[in-house]
Amino acid sequence: MTETTGSSSLLPLEGVVAIVKRDCPTCVLVAPVLCDLAQRGLITTIASQDDPTFPGEAASCGITIFDDRDLELSYRAGLEGVPTLIRFSGGVEVDRTVGWSTSLWSTFFDDVSMLTSYNTMPKQRVACGSRTLDFGMPERLAVRYGGEVLRSRQIELATDEDEWEQMFSRGWSDGLPVVPPTPERVMRMLAGTTREPSDVIAIVPPDLIECTVEKIAISAVMAGCLPEYLPVVIAAVEAACTSEFNAHGLLATTYFSGPVVIVNGPKAGLIGMNSGVNVLGQGNRANATIGRALQLVIRNVGGGIPGGVDRATFGNPGKLGFAFAENEKESPWSSLATERGVDPGRSAVTLFAGEGPRAIVDQKSRTADSLARSFAACLRTVAHPKLAVAFDALVVVSPEHGRTFANEGWDKARLKTEVLSHLQLLGSDIVRDAGGIAEGVPLNLADSILPKFRPDGLWFLYAGGDAGMFSAIIGGWVAGQEGSTMVTKEIAS
Amino acid sequence: MKLLDPTSERSPIVRELNPRLASLDGVTVGLLDISKPRGDVFLDQLEYRLNERGVATKRYKKPTYTKPAPIDLRYLISQECQAVIEALAD
Repeated sequence: MTETTGSSSLLPLEGVVAIVKRDCPTCVLVAPVLCDLAQRGLITTIASQDDPTFPGEAASCGITIFDDRDLELSYRAGLEGVPTLIRFSGGVEVDRTVGWSTSLWSTFFDDVSMLTSYNTMPKQRVACGSRTLDFGMPERLAVRYGGEVLRSRQIELATDEDEWEQMFSRGWSDGLPVVPPTPERVMRMLAGTTREPSDVIAIVPPDLIECTVEKIAISAVMAGCLPEYLPVVIAAVEAACTSEFNAHGLLATTYFSGPVVIVNGPKAGLIGMNSGVNVLGQGNRANATIGRALQLVIRNVGGGIPGGVDRATFGNPGKLGFAFAENEKESPWSSLATERGVDPGRSAVTLFAGEGPRAIVDQKSRTADSLARSFAACLRTVAHPKLAVAFDALVVVSPEHGRTFANEGWDKARLKTEVLSHLQLLGSDIVRDAGGIAEGVPLNLADSILPKFRPDGLWFLYAGGDAGMFSAIIGGWVAGQEGSTMVTKEIAS
Repeated sequence: MKLLDPTSERSPIVRELNPRLASLDGVTVGLLDISKPRGDVFLDQLEYRLNERGVATKRYKKPTYTKPAPIDLRYLISQECQAVIEALAD
């Protein structure tokens, strides 16, 4: 049974309320019955959702119709269909029936004579939808009658003000238009999570502001997310604001990087994320808006503004938002999230502090060994060919490249081991001034062999379009304790 | 339209005043009557003095002095004027 919502003097302490609308054939059908029942004192109130003169018979049977065009009574009664009969006793709902059925109504009124009195009526008719469930109405009513759900400050705009321009001028935008976060839209977004709007999810840098689910929902609306994306955005905010991921440093750095959001598990498919053709490009709503929502949280809640705390020399286009999914369905390997300890079948986000993707082109290799050597040669250039251990990398392996490894039975661990084996750099090659290049590792490492990547600094995942013997490297920012470590968080509902 | 503030709410909603004008040349001055008695007398005099100096004026009126000016009126003044004088008292 649907619960009544909140207290209202609109709902009687005792008696039966019938809620109807004219635009409902079942309500029209039962109108004479309602009148009859009202005359017999069995119905206390008839409320009409769309026309206070309906049912027209009411006047003749001496009952006043309650005008519920503003739907407050219907909202508070938690209505789903009309006609609905609700019985109250001592101010509490004790019974309810929806639609028309002679047997259910006779039970409701404990009056078996109804079965014969109304024997000319059809035995039953389904209910029509309550107007409270019209498109957009649940959010509007929740804002109007739902109490103090939303706590964010409300900003009123003049009728002739252009809301899109206003949002730019208030500094809320990342440079592209943002969707106006009206209370109704935010309420609709909040329906995407079971968490309370007031729950604090993270402390957002750089201003170290407590960030509630509601504030994340506002950014998600602005970014263009659908409500079902919200749990992913929440998990991404949670992951970004850990000290391991270090969103503060990542924002403040002069380096290129920004947060890269990788989504694994069933949730990615359920919300239609792209893991195939053009996976790192434009054109998919979830991919385009989830990363953007995270960046809007950092901008608006955390106060991270380019030119302010964000001191990037160049940045990269992915700082508008960079999110994608791994193609787990076709992958020959276990997923990134599984490798990182998430149970298979669970959904998770993994955040990586990354720059823009760069290409690995290898259209000739037909053996796993040759291709691994190609990968290593390209990976050597991450940040600088003469820098080692300092930067992590993520490799997005395409289906055509993945097939080459899978054909020889290489799993991700084997691939990683083989690639790293080709990335043991001779200190003498990469110390300062070696090769006539001042950049390089300290001179005292000349006799060492240095790995290009730290043990946890190289990751592979599987995504991309079917055609193309390319893979992508997403170079990282300063690795580990001094910078950022990849962080994975499960997506809660 | 109402929007929910996406920010940390550490800055006031109402934005800072523009810097004081260096001159009234080419400026339209809004004269806002708050609907208190004799405010119009004061504004009539101001309008006369401003017009005398070649300064354009526009007259506005709040529906009631007991409440802030409606958002639409504030927006209209901001679009039509570069300065505004509000007549406060009886």
